[in-house]
Amino acid sequence: MIKTSAKLSMVNGTIDMSHGAGGRAMTQLIQQLFLQCFDNTYLRQANDGVLLPRSNKRLMMATDSYVVSPLFFPGGNIGELAVNGTINDLAVGGAVPKYLSVGFILEEGFPLSDLKKIVTSMADAAKRSGVFIVTGDTKVVEKNSVDGVFINTTGIGELDDEVTLPQAPQVGDKIIINGDVGDHGVAILAHRENLSFATTIASDTAALSGLIAAMLAAAPGIRCMRDPTRGGVSAVMNEWAEQYHTCFLLNEAAIPTKMAVQSACELMGLDVLHLANEGKVIAVCPHEQIEPLLSVMRAHPLGKKASIIGDVVDEVHPGVLMTSCVGGRRLVDWVSGEPLPRIC
Amino acid sequence: MRFIEEFRNQAIAKKWINKIHQQVKSGRRYRLMEFCGGHTHVIHRYGINNLLPDAIDMIHGPGCPVCVLSIERIDKAIALANTPNVILCTYADMMRVPGTKQASLLKAKAKGAEVRMVYSVEDALQIARNNIQKEVVFFAIGFETTTPATAVAILRAKAEKLTNFTVFCNHVLTPVAMEALLVHSQDKAQLNGFIGPAHVSVITGSNAYQSVATQYQKPIVIAGFEPLDMLQAISWLVAMIDQGEVGVKNQYIRAVTEKGNLKAQDLIDEVLCLRAQFEWRGLGHIPNSGLALKSQYQQFDAEHRFDIQVSKSAEHKACRCADILCGEIKPKDCALFGLACTPENPLGACMVSSEGACAASYAYETSSIT
Amino acid sequence: MCLAIPVEVIEILDGDMAIVNCGGIQKTIATTLVDAVEVGDFVILHVGFALTKLNKANAYKTIDLLNGVMGDSCDS
Repeated sequence: MIKTSAKLSMVNGTIDMSHGAGGRAMTQLIQQLFLQCFDNTYLRQANDGVLLPRSNKRLMMATDSYVVSPLFFPGGNIGELAVNGTINDLAVGGAVPKYLSVGFILEEGFPLSDLKKIVTSMADAAKRSGVFIVTGDTKVVEKNSVDGVFINTTGIGELDDEVTLPQAPQVGDKIIINGDVGDHGVAILAHRENLSFATTIASDTAALSGLIAAMLAAAPGIRCMRDPTRGGVSAVMNEWAEQYHTCFLLNEAAIPTKMAVQSACELMGLDVLHLANEGKVIAVCPHEQIEPLLSVMRAHPLGKKASIIGDVVDEVHPGVLMTSCVGGRRLVDWVSGEPLPRIC
Repeated sequence: MRFIEEFRNQAIAKKWINKIHQQVKSGRRYRLMEFCGGHTHVIHRYGINNLLPDAIDMIHGPGCPVCVLSIERIDKAIALANTPNVILCTYADMMRVPGTKQASLLKAKAKGAEVRMVYSVEDALQIARNNIQKEVVFFAIGFETTTPATAVAILRAKAEKLTNFTVFCNHVLTPVAMEALLVHSQDKAQLNGFIGPAHVSVITGSNAYQSVATQYQKPIVIAGFEPLDMLQAISWLVAMIDQGEVGVKNQYIRAVTEKGNLKAQDLIDEVLCLRAQFEWRGLGHIPNSGLALKSQYQQFDAEHRFDIQVSKSAEHKACRCADILCGEIKPKDCALFGLACTPENPLGACMVSSEGACAASYAYETSSIT
Repeated sequence: MCLAIPVEVIEILDGDMAIVNCGGIQKTIATTLVDAVEVGDFVILHVGFALTKLNKANAYKTIDLLNGVMGDSCDS
């Protein structure tokens, strides 16, 4: 007689150690939640390793782990971040994202209802981008070992032959971003325990593969792209400055930000260039291709506020400079540690 | 953002910068100290330094309550955080300030001490209400701007009969510090004038600086926190110096009055009293410069409730925060600056606080990359 | 030295509290240090407390002086 699985209670149930122990409870969780939500032909292979179709293109791989707190915030949750984030890591390299793996580390006692919301969001996000979640893993750890859930996603994408990213920025190139800076960082801070203010700012989490494909078609000469997640715009610019020994000059007045985000930064003494973004891409583009690039971006739903925010300039030393809104020049440095509000 | 953006207008800023360039007399140097760390931050954030004529030297003063707190007091805060059953609540500014042997509240937290970052002292009171079985200690720092909040919190704790809330009080006074600075650095720093603090003055009133200005024959212009405020104040200060004028002028008339906030001053007087002396990094022990809780509020005084033991407190041997705070040297003159001492690995307080001369210089100054 | 910014009072609450707005962010703050705060007033906010009311007339006066530039002198 084949024993049928008892149904998990998604409404009231919680994760316990048996869900990670490799036994029947874990199989129940995988079948009734993960396989149900992520269902596709690859997952139905039901083996430890998934067999992927041959590719005659170059392959790109990216991995990221998501430990955001709170797990649910205006505009999204940790699940969407985990899918969109790794898709974006591939997309900014010029790859078409195809497959994702997902690893969950769950805290004992974590509500199944919350897990279901997260997993459903992940399935939706993957579907929207045409990406398949093809393999995964689940572990459960004792209470207080993690903050609810940690997620790792690893992605594989394919690069068309004509994509030549990345190239070193050249003097005269322009720096462009697809929209408002700092939304995600402020949305998260607003919901942290000690910073109590009501705001309508939501995370900008979004998969950028569609926008980036359009950008590369309009401006194939784009030198390099990156998504300004942790560490913000300043981290991306400083990474490039170090990697390519270049100097960038940003224009503060040209950097798009929502009024509420600016206000939150003023209230807490934060630098908007240090705040995380989850639906933004920065690109360095030769000046002769900037106009078609700007048009195409502004015609796309994720690029309506696309703006040129600076230039690659000829200076003796690599670094990131900025012309302030009153015309003075200053350095844009990395954030030190985590951005913390200040009183002074 | 109303009453903010009007004071950041680029076209108007250009006109003021031109005016200042036309004002400065050739062959003359103007050494102006912006006393307040908030003004240091403004100068660096907007790149004002490189817009001013070379004749003007902006010297960064000790008005950064994070930077001037002595290492012994930081060690004591860390000791409190490490005390069993204590939740130490602190403004975020203090989390990474190095104590003896580079200890810090952030590091103590990583090792298991209960340290919570708060935006307001009210948050600390709430933590006390929610954790009756724990001892909640609020690490109070700041000049006169921040002191009234602490006084209000202590009165609230008294009204609510909270028995588990105490304050580790490190509030300090500005005009006294200005005077001590002038005494300490008279010849070395050669200051011609001061940009006076904005929000400290909201509480103290502009009259609070009259005796310093008169006694030491210096011009002081109280300036608001926006770039246009500072440019206007610098222009006024240059004019006063050229005319040999001394005394206090108020550019920040939208918020600062002559007498200040009397209600706030009364609340401070109700709860707090002057310490005979208090140690300041850079300026040493200054009489009547720090505040403590009055004896009738001693049940809220962490120094009364806890026996705080620290072993000998010592700065990093090569740290020159003290000289930088007095305007005697610039950050780049310190051998540790940008090398051993960076924002990621701060050896002294000036590198931690975003208003500290070293942190501001490192983060914002283009000369740090040349 | 202290991070403080002007915010607009949009609602008065009991117990010396108020809700303020700054460019779309709303916050609940204490008005213990300031008397007779009304909706529409601007206050200077620091560590969750209003430090003083912004004097709007003086604010506009300063803006005019700033815009005037060459005619400005510190004796105004």
